[in-house]
Order: sequence, then C-alpha cells, then structure tokens
Amino acid sequence: MDLHLLKQLTPYCWDLPLGNEKRGPVRLYGSEPLLASMDDKVLEQIANVARLPGLAGAAMTMPDAHWGYGFPIGGVAAFDAEEGGIISAGGVGFDISCGIRCLRANLDIADIAPHLQRLADQLFRDIPAGVGEEGDIRLDEDELDRVMRQGAGWALKRGYGEAEDLACIEEHGCVAGAAPAQVSPLAKKRQRGEMGTLGSGNHYLEVQVVEKIHDPAAAAAFGLHEGQVVVSIHCGSRGLGHQIGTDYLVSLAKAASRLGIRLPDRELACAPIHSPEGQAYLGAMNAAINVALANRQLLTHLTRQAFARVIPDSRLETLYDVSHNTCKVETHEVEGRKRRLHIHRKGATRAFPPGHPSLPERYREAGQPVIIGGSMGTGSYVLAGLAGNPAYASASHGAGRAMSRNQALKRWHGRELIDELKHRGILIRTRSMRGAAEEAPGAYKDVDLVAEATERAGLAKRVAFLRPKACVKG
Amino acid sequence: MNPAFDFFDHDADIGIVGHGSTLEAAFETAAQAMFSIMAGPANPGRSAHLAFEFEESDVELALVTWLNRLLAEARSQGLMLADFKLARNGERWRGEAWGSPWMQGAESGVEVKGATLTMLSVKENDGQWEARCVVDV
Repeated sequence: MDLHLLKQLTPYCWDLPLGNEKRGPVRLYGSEPLLASMDDKVLEQIANVARLPGLAGAAMTMPDAHWGYGFPIGGVAAFDAEEGGIISAGGVGFDISCGIRCLRANLDIADIAPHLQRLADQLFRDIPAGVGEEGDIRLDEDELDRVMRQGAGWALKRGYGEAEDLACIEEHGCVAGAAPAQVSPLAKKRQRGEMGTLGSGNHYLEVQVVEKIHDPAAAAAFGLHEGQVVVSIHCGSRGLGHQIGTDYLVSLAKAASRLGIRLPDRELACAPIHSPEGQAYLGAMNAAINVALANRQLLTHLTRQAFARVIPDSRLETLYDVSHNTCKVETHEVEGRKRRLHIHRKGATRAFPPGHPSLPERYREAGQPVIIGGSMGTGSYVLAGLAGNPAYASASHGAGRAMSRNQALKRWHGRELIDELKHRGILIRTRSMRGAAEEAPGAYKDVDLVAEATERAGLAKRVAFLRPKACVKG
Repeated sequence: MNPAFDFFDHDADIGIVGHGSTLEAAFETAAQAMFSIMAGPANPGRSAHLAFEFEESDVELALVTWLNRLLAEARSQGLMLADFKLARNGERWRGEAWGSPWMQGAESGVEVKGATLTMLSVKENDGQWEARCVVDV
C-alpha cells in the first residue's frame, strides 16, 4: 500500500484524506510495516465502502486487513437505518458468522504429550473436515427451521453440549430476528449433510498450548495459565450460509440498481435496511448466524467426545465463541450521540469493553475474550476488549493473508510442509495436500505484529499466546 | 494444465478464467476451473448427470449464477462435477453437468464457497471469449 496516500494520526492509526472525493471518512489501524505490506486493493475497497449510503463515522480496516471481495477482509463499517443506511451481503461475506469457538481444558501439555498422536488421529476420525465430508446429524426441514431460530440452544436441547456453554457464546448462542422463510429451499437443501462439519479452506480445529501469559489478571478471569491446553474451532454456517450469500449477492445487486444506489463495486450489493430486500437479507443472515452457532456447538460436542476417548478424565469448557463475519445491531456513541447502528464486521471480531452488559459475569471486569486465529505453524492470541475502543468495539480476527493461494501453491508442497511441521512438534491431519500448501504459515502475516498492533491501536489487549500442537485442517 | 482455463491472483481467494470460442464455452471452462480447485488427484467419473435452467439478461451475472448454481446442485446432491454444457436462448440458459458422487475420506482440494462479483468480467476479443471472476474459498 502506498503510505503517501495516507495521513498518519498516531503510530497505529491512519486516515485516507478526503480531498474532493464524495465519501465518508476512511480510517486504517495498524503499524507502518503492516500497512506498507497490504495490497493497494485494501485501500480501494474500504474507500468504496465509505461511499455507501448512511455510513456512520468512518469505514475502517483492522491491522490484519487484506484484499477481499466487496469489503476488504478486516473491514468494519456502521450504517444508520434512520439515515438511509444500507445492509450489504458483500459486507458480511459468504461464510456468514464464520468464527472461533475456544475451549479451555483441565489438562496441561504434559498430560497430553504422550497421547498427542492418538488425540490428533481421534479428532481427525471424529470431526468431518474437508470438501464434501458430511456429518452424521441429518435434519429434516422442520428441524432445520428450529436450528435457524434457536442456534446453539437447539444443540443443547438435543444433548450436544453443556448448559454453561451458552453463557460464553455471543448473544448466548442465539440472535434474534432470524427469518427461516427468507432462506431459499436450495440453501436448506445444502445444509442437510453439513451440520457438525468443519468445512475447508482456512477452517481448522487446533489443539494448542498456552505458551505465554501477557496479562495475568485477564488470563485468570479467562481461566488460562501457562502450559494449559486449549482447543480452537474455526468454522461457520456451512452450505446454508454460503447459499444465502449467493442468493442475496445477486438479488441485492439488482435491488441496489433498482433503488438508485450507485455501487462503486457490484460486490458491495446492498439495499436500504428499511426496505423489503434489506429486511429479507437481515432475516436470512440472522438464520445463518444461528446455524453457525449451532454448528460450532456440535463440533464442541464431537471434540469433547474425541478427547474423552483418548483421555477419559478430560474436561473442555467453553472460553468464548465469537463470530467475525456478521452484521449486528448495536448501540454506539458517534460524535457524542448514541445511535442504533448496523455494524458490518467482515473478518473482524467484536471486542466489547470491560463492564459491557452483554458479557458473562465472569468476564465483566476483564472485557470480552477476543481470539486472533493465526496460522497452523505459528500461533494464535487470546485478547480482551478495551474501554475506549475507537472502532465500534472491533478488533482483528486473524493473522491475515500476506500471499495469494496461487503463490503459496507454487512455493510449498503440502506433504513436505506437513513433515516439516511434524519435525517442529506440530501434527497436521488433513485430506487436502493442496489446502495444506495454501495455508502454509509463510503465506500469512506475522501474527505477533498483528496482535501487537491490535493492542497498540487500542482495539484489544493481549492476554495469552497459544502455540499449535495438533491441527485438523479442512 | 488445461489451457482452456487459468487462474489469477487474489489475496484471500482465487481468481478463475475460462476461455472459449463462444460465450457458452468460456462459461463451461470457467466451471472446469472452479471444480478443479475442489477436486483431488483422482479423476471424477461421469456416472451422474444434472440439468437446470435459469433466466438472466446480464451476461456477467449469468456467469456468477451459472457457477453458483453448479456449486449448490453439486453440494446438495453430493457430486463432484467434471464436464459441463451450457446453452443460451436469449435470457434463458440451460445448464448440464456430469460427474460422480463425492468419495468420502478421499484426498480433495479445497472447498469453493461461492462465485463472487469481484473482478467479474465477460468479454470477447477477436472471436475468443473470456469469462472471469474471483471465487471464495
């Protein structure tokens, strides 16, 4: 990215000056090296977002931002329904409510080290992962409607989980406003074999160890200590969410044209929130969020079963479950005025501050757990939301890609990469050598730099660093 | 590599390009490009067949609709697709595809979630058609 185009406000906050352009403000968070390494398309895409109607405040990117479709990945933008604001399918993405469920174990690395190979194999057997892999849970249409309305609560009613899980999931595992009637029959059909599956691409289930505590007080609140085993599950709403994204991308692009909304990029397909098309997408998207929350609950259940088969005394508690591809209605103060806004976070994590009423009592003082999922060879971070977050309580969601999938395929070979990681003590289980090569650790930004920039930009503070030990890749 | 299709770089996802002497042929090879991302090393068979129709007046949106409909039909029927045929009559399009059931547990590529409108273009140059877009993986 050409930094000459930007005005640096602080070492970790930059603006794209308006000049004569007719758009809202654009703000980018990150260090100079991180921004310099970003593709120019990130700037182009977030500037396009700032041209959409009803934008409140600035369109923003997080420190892990990279070139996406429509919105950049790592993009955050808020729209006010009362000021003609829009909702955009391109601002949420195909994998609606993709996110991370983090589980803390009652085990330390010494407890699982002798069993790690068996554990990796058991997880690979029990967790359906990869293209076309289906789960054992089959739903008829009525049951799928209940999943869309009840989210993770549906899974609990069917015996997949523990009551305590719900308190540590955003919105207690179920968002309001789901409208299954706005979900196409094809989307419902696509989900038939996909409940309780991990998917593919950058999705994973990873066994990790807490290698370093950065903030002892917050770590204690999160129930984390050095040497402890945690499990992170990264996936979303599977075929149903993908099809909703597909269905509404085209229909909203046409609606925008019909309603006279000039789209700088057709991928920003959108409609006014107060329009039949906007309301239909909102209802369908909320249904997909609930499916994603139920899916991660099912995967949590399967993970607990797999652990118990290898280590019978194991116990896995939900630390937190947070989505990073969503549009949610939240109240934020903008220029001294409290406003009800539709916050689009595409590849960005919500990061509520200490004291926020939505947080479970246990985390009320520390702030919301925020999870930055890194690559399979480097590591991930648990952070905590901060008071005064300037980005509608948003933070980074991952390391962010530094290299295209095609480039990664040319540089790495899946088998060799897996052998190299094994030599470094990280076990990879996958059915896709192509996927392993595309997800090579070297294809991602330095997660340490992303987490540091996230903290220094005032978005969230580092609590713990997690080192991967075994990873099931989709 | 099949010279009828190609790929281009995109940070998060993958750009696909289909070439052909007709618009329909370029759409067919774009579909081959997309399914090759998901396929494993084994060649899929041709034991299964599916067909569908759609209406679309905008040829660029028709490319996205064609690719996404193939993805949806393939996933909902548990198929890996390999051969494609598309016919156009004005705004009406009739697509066909041949493939075989997904082999559970076999080595695979990576899942394509959807074809996007990003870098979407359909154009003709000296009698050769090119159809391109970014697919989300």
